[in-house]
Amino acid sequence: MMFKRLFVSRPVIAVLGLLLATASHADLRIRIDGGAVGAKPIAIVPFVNNTGSQLDTDVTKVIGDDLQRSGLFEPLPEDAMIARPAGPGDVKFQNWRAVEVDHLVIGSVNVRPGGGHVVRFHLFDVYKAEQLIAFDVPTDSRSGGLRSAAHRVADYIYEEVTGIPGVFDTQIAYVTVEGKGPSRQFRLVVADADGYAPKTVVNSSEPLLSPAWSPDFRKLAYVAFEDGLTSIYVHELATGQAQKLVSKRGHNGAPSWSPDGREIVASLSHQGSADIYRVNVANGKLTRLTDSSAIDTEPDWSPDGSDILFTSDRGGKPQIYIIPASGGRATRVSFEGKSNSRGRYSADGKQIALVNYDDQGYRIGVLDLDSRQTNILSRGPLDESPSFAPNGAVLIYARQTANGGELATVTSDGRVRQRLSQTGSVREPAWSPYLK
Amino acid sequence: MKTTTLQGIAKPATVALAVALLAACGSKDEQLDQAATQETTTADSGFDTGSADANRQPAQPQPAPVDPDAALREQRTLYFAFDSAELDSESVKVVRAHGRYLLANPGIRIRLEGHTDERGTREYNVALGERRAKSVERVMLLQGVARSQLSAISYGEENPVDLGHTESAWAKNRRVEIQYR
Repeated sequence: MMFKRLFVSRPVIAVLGLLLATASHADLRIRIDGGAVGAKPIAIVPFVNNTGSQLDTDVTKVIGDDLQRSGLFEPLPEDAMIARPAGPGDVKFQNWRAVEVDHLVIGSVNVRPGGGHVVRFHLFDVYKAEQLIAFDVPTDSRSGGLRSAAHRVADYIYEEVTGIPGVFDTQIAYVTVEGKGPSRQFRLVVADADGYAPKTVVNSSEPLLSPAWSPDFRKLAYVAFEDGLTSIYVHELATGQAQKLVSKRGHNGAPSWSPDGREIVASLSHQGSADIYRVNVANGKLTRLTDSSAIDTEPDWSPDGSDILFTSDRGGKPQIYIIPASGGRATRVSFEGKSNSRGRYSADGKQIALVNYDDQGYRIGVLDLDSRQTNILSRGPLDESPSFAPNGAVLIYARQTANGGELATVTSDGRVRQRLSQTGSVREPAWSPYLK
Repeated sequence: MKTTTLQGIAKPATVALAVALLAACGSKDEQLDQAATQETTTADSGFDTGSADANRQPAQPQPAPVDPDAALREQRTLYFAFDSAELDSESVKVVRAHGRYLLANPGIRIRLEGHTDERGTREYNVALGERRAKSVERVMLLQGVARSQLSAISYGEENPVDLGHTESAWAKNRRVEIQYR
């Protein structure tokens, strides 16, 4: 198992996107902390370029990096490729068994009639000596181009082998802070899930908070400070248009979308203390859901639309409560540690990612709503803002380092962690839904 | 100004004293300096004018009224325990001194800006900072200060004064700043 040791022995650093001259600032740098123990060895033969011209994307590398960062795959290093079959007929499975890979991928990049490219790939099970899937994946009009197509190839492979849909062709939103004191610059940024191609969506000299993706992937809600006052904005990504949705006396914060995208649930304090309200996105109409003198904040709508979770300190310390989306009695669901806050539902609604506080600090946990057990996934001491990837297999969160905030991901079983760092301070990540 | 009747009591020398004291304290808030100066001329004249402080001013030919709240009012930051919005008794004295000043100067407005340390989640901390600002506001409202003179806002953990990750840094960041407008 020489290849396994090669990957486990030290963190792998992948510097991404340094060639993207148009990026407004440095891309995220990804470092894998967790071991790849138990990951499936896979050989990805360098894709053949049939286009006759130089490509702007190393498709093979994008696919390999995606699969490796998932923690579930261990790509064979390129110099260990014992053969380079161009088509399915050229594959000799015994060669690949000799280097102990479970799966083999071959492919090519081709000109697409009418413009763009088509990435063709074949995925083989080496031990069964059979092809599992083969697809032609076209580039589309989205800015991602060939890179996005490569992510989709990785998604196909990931799903075929693990049974779980891949999230390589999704995006993340986050907030960056550069500078100090009055010259601080806050940016709301959207990037590919691997940190590539960051685009600044909103710029401000005052803090930006709580980005939240609409379920159709087209809008971001967020909170902006303006001379100490806060407002909830809805920003349409395609047009860049921003709508000030709520701007009442007191704090207007913590937006989260309803599954149908018609409403936002938020924490507003215009009636005194922070309470949970539903806000109609079309007309701004408010429906109050909680009425306590405690802090009620950080709501999240359950994927089936029936419930809303939120943080409240009505029992003394912050804990997670669930209330019917139509209103009613709130039920406390978190009990472990000293406090729990900032819950986010998994896509199946059965788990809640949260920030657990105990003697070891603030760490990311996943609360299983059936067993009521909390599984702690991160090391602390100042971790926050967990957000599930849409497949539920990975979470992204923010951690504090000596150099400021950075983003990290952890698989929902806690086995593989990655750090996504860049210059400046990064915080408030939110993983997008699947692209539609 | 309803306090015109008091103006005869205030001496230019008192103004000079207040300015000198504030300058000596290295105050950075010009607005407050002016406000405090103005207050000395108009408010709380009922106190003992023969205070011992007069002898710290060799240039003064005669005793002048001293505002006993002036020193308290120089404190414009109030500190809190972790995850708490409770004011300790010293902080209440400071808040009341500012409150008396606002009562005497209904034309002056302040902003109460709540802050937290970095521990805990960001949105919760905005709410906690707001609760801190409002607990200061509540003391002043109970004194009879007009609501229109007060605004309570919160930056949560977003504007720390100390960027460290230690207990002493956190203690400095858990605060309400009283800002004269």
